[in-house]
Amino acid sequence: MLRFLTDRILQGALVLFALYTITFFLAKAMPGEPFTSEKNISAETKANIRKLYGLDKPIWEQYITYPKNIITKGSFGISTSKGRPVIDIISQSFPNSLILGLCALAFAIGIGVPIGVLSAVRKNSWIDWACMAVAMVGICIPSFTIGPLLQIYVAAHIPGLKVAGWGNLEDILLPSFTLGLVSAAYLARLTRGGILEVLSQDFVRTAHAKGVSPSKVIIKHTLRGGLLPAVAYLGPAFAALISGSFIVETIFQVPGMGQHFVNAATTRDEFLLLGLSLFFGFLIVVMNLLADLLTGLLDPRVRHTRKTD
Amino acid sequence: MKMTDPSKKTPQGSSLWKDARARMAKNRFAMGGLWVIVVMFSLCFIFAWFCTDPNQVNLTNKFAPSSAEHWFGTDALGRDLFARILYGGQVSILVGLIATAVSVAIGIVYGAISGYAGGKTDAIMMRIVDTLLAIPFLVLVIVLQATLSDWSGDVTQWIVGNFKWDKEFTGRLTNVVPLFFALGLLGWLTLSRIVRAQVMSIKEREFVEAAVALGYSKGRILFRHIIPNVLGPTVVYSTLTVPGFIMYEAILSFLGLGVESPNSSWGVLIKEGANFLETEVQLLLLPGLFFSLTLFSLNFLGDGLRDALDVKAAKD
Repeated sequence: MLRFLTDRILQGALVLFALYTITFFLAKAMPGEPFTSEKNISAETKANIRKLYGLDKPIWEQYITYPKNIITKGSFGISTSKGRPVIDIISQSFPNSLILGLCALAFAIGIGVPIGVLSAVRKNSWIDWACMAVAMVGICIPSFTIGPLLQIYVAAHIPGLKVAGWGNLEDILLPSFTLGLVSAAYLARLTRGGILEVLSQDFVRTAHAKGVSPSKVIIKHTLRGGLLPAVAYLGPAFAALISGSFIVETIFQVPGMGQHFVNAATTRDEFLLLGLSLFFGFLIVVMNLLADLLTGLLDPRVRHTRKTD
Repeated sequence: MKMTDPSKKTPQGSSLWKDARARMAKNRFAMGGLWVIVVMFSLCFIFAWFCTDPNQVNLTNKFAPSSAEHWFGTDALGRDLFARILYGGQVSILVGLIATAVSVAIGIVYGAISGYAGGKTDAIMMRIVDTLLAIPFLVLVIVLQATLSDWSGDVTQWIVGNFKWDKEFTGRLTNVVPLFFALGLLGWLTLSRIVRAQVMSIKEREFVEAAVALGYSKGRILFRHIIPNVLGPTVVYSTLTVPGFIMYEAILSFLGLGVESPNSSWGVLIKEGANFLETEVQLLLLPGLFFSLTLFSLNFLGDGLRDALDVKAAKD
């Protein structure tokens, strides 16, 4: 277990390093200037501003300085477009994104898994067919169509729900539902597949043969193994939630990290871009690790093979 | 490519494709998807040329209801919505196809080299893929797209200068070109794994052994004997990535990072439609419908093709 953990943590560090390197050099290659404004700034002032941000140093030095500052000072640099430390921007917007993401994940699991189980148990019936058609629709209708439609047909008609905004408890409902829908659809398909595979195995037939009630067969014998593909998907699902949040935050005006990231790309704000990319990367590495640990918990075979490696 | 002559194919190989076609024809969802896509393609790429100009602004006739002249009515600037949906479809579908082509090209070469080399090279190359796969795709696409954005103007100029293409058509492509590459350059990862797995099984086959015995170079064996044999299945698998790329185009355009007005793509149209939601729902619904229908069909078609070719899955 310990070896598995250290192996995965090292791999995570490698991912972050690769992400940093790619983002750093792409950001350097971006066309345009971070300090463009309507005012005409003299070349001297510009040079001074560049110096202030450390942009005058050779590229290799900048490449080393940034991670060094993160590790030694906990500093992600200063946003060139906002003039504030990147860490401030992250710590201010991350709680909103986290709440949105967790609620969306709860929606996704709460809707997706039961639908998947239901359609696996009633395989090839009209229920199965309807569930999978709905799941396919969920995958194919983008959140930027569903979001606005929910705004106009749901939020505008139910008192207490606002079309957009953030701050009250009920404001979380529609954005997280919109965000969770796609993951719910994928989870439903994966759960159905996983359960069907387990249902075809010998020990399930044995359980039926010895007179275990059908519902108990599903809950006690099938669910644990059948949920494995869905659990393995949690890491990628989290990545999908982050990507999806860029859009949902725009539609529902949630003050989260996604908007900052999009702004950073358009305003050539390289420190904000780097800081947010690394932060997203870190979250995903952690989520993947958690998903792997959870898989090991559910499936002893995974633990075993890891040990003998 | 001449080396893939039919005499190389064993009878068993041809019957695989025949079986696949028969299985495909039985799959009603996949066939339905195929027909929808055929209709959609003909609408966007043939019928669109006979439509009115999608950028024809007419401020006296904005938000017109549907009529014989404007089938889907007009938008906020009085432009014909039907024409804009079809022209937008061209861009969206092209992004899906070209990004797929780029990623297939990279994925095949990378995966084939990795699978054929084996050993340490393979381990390192696959480790790189694993690492890149763990990085959030949209994050990288947004950064790469921003990096490439300036360069697209030059490419368009070059195309207009060298190919004498319709200026209007290339103009529509201006801010789409970086999308092709941003998506394609990053989308090959999963494909390279699929190719690698196929190459690993094919390199044990007798005809490769024969080529080795004949003393052909590794490069020749790889590119003329192995890659042509994995090409078919890989292209089929890659149909499943087309809807993904179309979706990413729409996401980026919706965020204002992809195609920009007055050019249209389905993402741009949905974004524009969302602004007039309260009074003119059809501006959001109709492009959304075309978009979702295409994605729906492409997914069913891709699933169907994969199932039809996957002999192992088809047996049980």
